[in-house]
Amino acid sequence: MDFLLQNVLTGLSIGSILLLIALGLAIIYGSMGVINMAHGEFVMLGAYGTWALNAFFGMGLLSSLVVVFFGVGLLGWLVERGVIQFLYRRPLDTILATWGIGVMLQQIVRLTVGGELRYVEMPHALTGTISILGTEISSYRVFVFVFVVALFLLTWYLMNRTRFGMQLRAVVQNSEMSACFGIDPKRIYGLTFAYGAGLAGLAGALVAPLKSVSPEMGTSYVIDAFFVVVLGGVQSIFGTVASAFLLGEATGTLGFLWNDTIAKALVLVGIIVLIRFRPQGLFVSKVRG
Amino acid sequence: MVMKRRDFIRGTAALGAVSTIAAPQLWFKNSGLARAQNGEIKVGVLFSLTGTTGIIEESLNKATILAIEEINAAGGINGMQIVPVVEDPASDPATFAEKARKLVMSDGCVSVFGSYTSASRKAVLPVFEKRENLYWYPTLYEGRECSKNVIYTGAVPNQQQDEFIPWLVQNFGKKFFLIGSNYIYPQEENNYCKKLLEGLGAEVVNEEYVPLGHSEFSSVISKIKSTEPNVIFSTVVGDSVVALHRQYLAAGLDPAKMPMASLTTSENEVAAMGGEAAAGHFTSAPYFMVHKSPENEKFVSAYQARWGADKVTHFVSEPSYFQVYLFKQAVEKLAASDITPPTIREAVKGAEMIAPQGKIRIEKDNLHTWLWPKIAVAKADGQFEVLVDSKEWLAPDPYAAYPDQKCVEAGLTNI
Repeated sequence: MDFLLQNVLTGLSIGSILLLIALGLAIIYGSMGVINMAHGEFVMLGAYGTWALNAFFGMGLLSSLVVVFFGVGLLGWLVERGVIQFLYRRPLDTILATWGIGVMLQQIVRLTVGGELRYVEMPHALTGTISILGTEISSYRVFVFVFVVALFLLTWYLMNRTRFGMQLRAVVQNSEMSACFGIDPKRIYGLTFAYGAGLAGLAGALVAPLKSVSPEMGTSYVIDAFFVVVLGGVQSIFGTVASAFLLGEATGTLGFLWNDTIAKALVLVGIIVLIRFRPQGLFVSKVRG
Repeated sequence: MVMKRRDFIRGTAALGAVSTIAAPQLWFKNSGLARAQNGEIKVGVLFSLTGTTGIIEESLNKATILAIEEINAAGGINGMQIVPVVEDPASDPATFAEKARKLVMSDGCVSVFGSYTSASRKAVLPVFEKRENLYWYPTLYEGRECSKNVIYTGAVPNQQQDEFIPWLVQNFGKKFFLIGSNYIYPQEENNYCKKLLEGLGAEVVNEEYVPLGHSEFSSVISKIKSTEPNVIFSTVVGDSVVALHRQYLAAGLDPAKMPMASLTTSENEVAAMGGEAAAGHFTSAPYFMVHKSPENEKFVSAYQARWGADKVTHFVSEPSYFQVYLFKQAVEKLAASDITPPTIREAVKGAEMIAPQGKIRIEKDNLHTWLWPKIAVAKADGQFEVLVDSKEWLAPDPYAAYPDQKCVEAGLTNI
């Protein structure tokens, strides 16, 4: 029982980090259909932003979150306006362009900040552990979990219950038609991309205290994020949540029973098999054709 | 420490060995031998300045250059200046081999100082063996190599573990949790560790390898909690070290009860993870920046004066520095007309000098180095505190985990 609970909690924690990383991608890829290879670099910039705000301005992690969200969001908006908007009907070119942007961001960071590994201090109030039904778990990981759930709810609300969300869904379905109704698709696309990028920035800021911060850190995150989104079903934000926690639990349990190397391999095999038999992912949102 | 892809490189090295046999040695016999000429001694400096291991290798380049500059400023070797030829192999083993060929064949260097990863050393090995040249390798590594063309100035497993493991058992207990990155170096270190533990009647509660670059240690930490070891013996390398320490800290585990004992955490890694996450964990190595000796004070102050007051020295940069002095000492014994790699090798056999860590010697049998094991604990300020300073230097035994093999002057022999 103890073992079971410990594993469920571990899985939830891994899942919450996966969801955190994938949420921004779910918006950009899922809603806009843009395959953004620079997603990992947005995560990386979020982590470096937090590090820099702490090192140069003495700001704590929590207060940095706001700055990082808007900072990386602004950068995302610039990328969308400057590059991606010209490539909407050319998905292959988009992949190449965003990948190039990712490489450039990596090298810019390497040249300006340096390639040394960095770290970000955890907020002091969250350094301890808390006990859940007798199992000790890091308070910071609990905080990340709660934060991610809140972020998800906010995103869901934004997409489904606000005017902006309705306009976005309209633009995604038919941008010419929605333009006829007075919606400016450019504005909507720009803001959506900025929001997705901002979420990636937040993810970077939040994983920084648990992992190392380096210019190349984004590479592994972008892969994880794509797995989560593709498995969950593109366009389904609930699917993203389900698949993040499914992958988290699977990785955690297999890692505990064997080891992380095997867990990683088995999870990948699992994803391949699932995608083979269910190419649309676990969840499909119904869109009227 | 990143010494990846060695398995793959072993294959490549084997290919190199095959081509050695295929190409008649006669072709190179005299014309190919590098030689110091025109009153200057050319040496290669082959550390990556860019790429994944660029940061750490840059510090090795700096230590090497510092030593060369010091020697030249003091009049060179028997009046001849050392001329360093610096190349950047960009953290790529294939580029290492290419640059090594250039240094040895077109520049005519009589020795090359270089490499951090085992993969890169394995990649250049065929070049040095084929051309009868000499490679000076400063990094601690997994042993199990017996080349006549490499001078190994870093520690091998027995020199880091012989004192460390019994000390850990005595101070913390007999339950060990072995965790490492998934490649050859941690596996060889763990092989030797298990051997020592067996002799001490200690047990291994779990042995586990994570993929290189792994950064999610939740399930490892669950396992640590459920197996309750006394010591976590870690050979995790690269950015995974940072993630492991920070998640250990977040999980509220206590270094006083269940410390991590590492062979690879130096001042560099501590700076990357932050003193808070490093504090209370142990490292065994022949050198720490805080080591007290006149030679080390001189080394540290010269290093910081040359490269910046915030720079740290560590257990790979120290051998990078002293091996240049060993080279000087060997060349000094030779006539100006007879400075070639084989004569340097013969002159360096059994050579002794006072290095920053203490008096060291090159073992004539296996060309590895007698070193001074030390055990230290990391502190929150980012430095170490040396707890155990070995009273005797320790002979290198690159085949310590393989009692039926021994590296002697004639080569590798089976006993």
